[in-house]
Amino acid sequence: MGKLALGVYPGLVGSACYDFSLKLAAAAADKGHKVSIWYSGNATGSVKAHQKHLKDYSTAEKYLTALLEKGVEICTCEACTIARGIQKPEGIPGVQWNSMHWYLAAIHSADRVLHIGGE
Amino acid sequence: MGDVKCAFIVQRPQYKGETSRLAMTHALAYQTVEILLEDGETVTPTLCFVGEGVLGLSKGQKAMEMYGITSSESHIKNCLLVDLDVFVCKEDLEKFGIPESTLPDAEDMGAEKQIRVVPFAEIQKAMEEAKHVLFF
Repeated sequence: MGKLALGVYPGLVGSACYDFSLKLAAAAADKGHKVSIWYSGNATGSVKAHQKHLKDYSTAEKYLTALLEKGVEICTCEACTIARGIQKPEGIPGVQWNSMHWYLAAIHSADRVLHIGGE
Repeated sequence: MGDVKCAFIVQRPQYKGETSRLAMTHALAYQTVEILLEDGETVTPTLCFVGEGVLGLSKGQKAMEMYGITSSESHIKNCLLVDLDVFVCKEDLEKFGIPESTLPDAEDMGAEKQIRVVPFAEIQKAMEEAKHVLFF
C-alpha cells in the first residue's frame, strides 16, 4: 500500500477544506494506506481538546481521535499552535507537536502529497 | 531514497494571508529535516513566486518596526543564505510593473545565492523535475 502525506493549512471553521482532509485521511487509512497529517497555519487551532460540536460549526476532535486510533500520524506545527495561545497540555492526546521539518520528512517518504493550502 | 525535490509554488501575496509566508518557513526547514531522515536522505525545495505571489517581496520592508513581525524580505534573505533556489516569475513581475531591481538580496549576510528572475517556463521545468509540487 502507499503512503499519503497531507499538509493541512485552512482553519477548522470557515471552509470545508479542513473537513475534506479528515474524510480523505479516513478513507485512505481504511484502504490500508499509511497516512500522515501535518497541521500548520490556522489549521493548528483544531488540535485543542474539549471541542464542543455545535451543528453550525465544523469540529475536529472526535474525527482526529478516530484517525489516531486507525494509526494515522498527526502532527501540529508547534510554533503555529502556541502562537494561537494553545499549549501542549491542552492538546488532543496522541497528536504530535513538532517543527516544520516533520512535514518535510513525511514528504520525503510519501508516495503522494496532498497539500491543502489555507487562508 | 536519496534526495527528494519539491517545488513550493507561492501564488498569493505576502501579508494577504499566512500561507505565502509559511512557504518560506517550510522551505527553510530543509536545513534541519535530516535529523528525521536516514543518512544520505535529503529534501530539496525550490521556492517559486508566481502570479500575485510576486507581490510583497520588495526590499526595504519595515514589518518588524511597524508591526513587530518578521518581514517577507527577511525570510527571503534567510532562504538565500541557506542556498535555496528562489525563482520569481519574470512575466508576472512585468505584469505588475515591478522592477527586478526592487527585489532583495542577502549579500550583506554573506549569501552567495541570489533571487533568479526567470520566465515561467523555467518554473514549469522546476515543477516537472520535482517529485512533489506544493501550492501555497
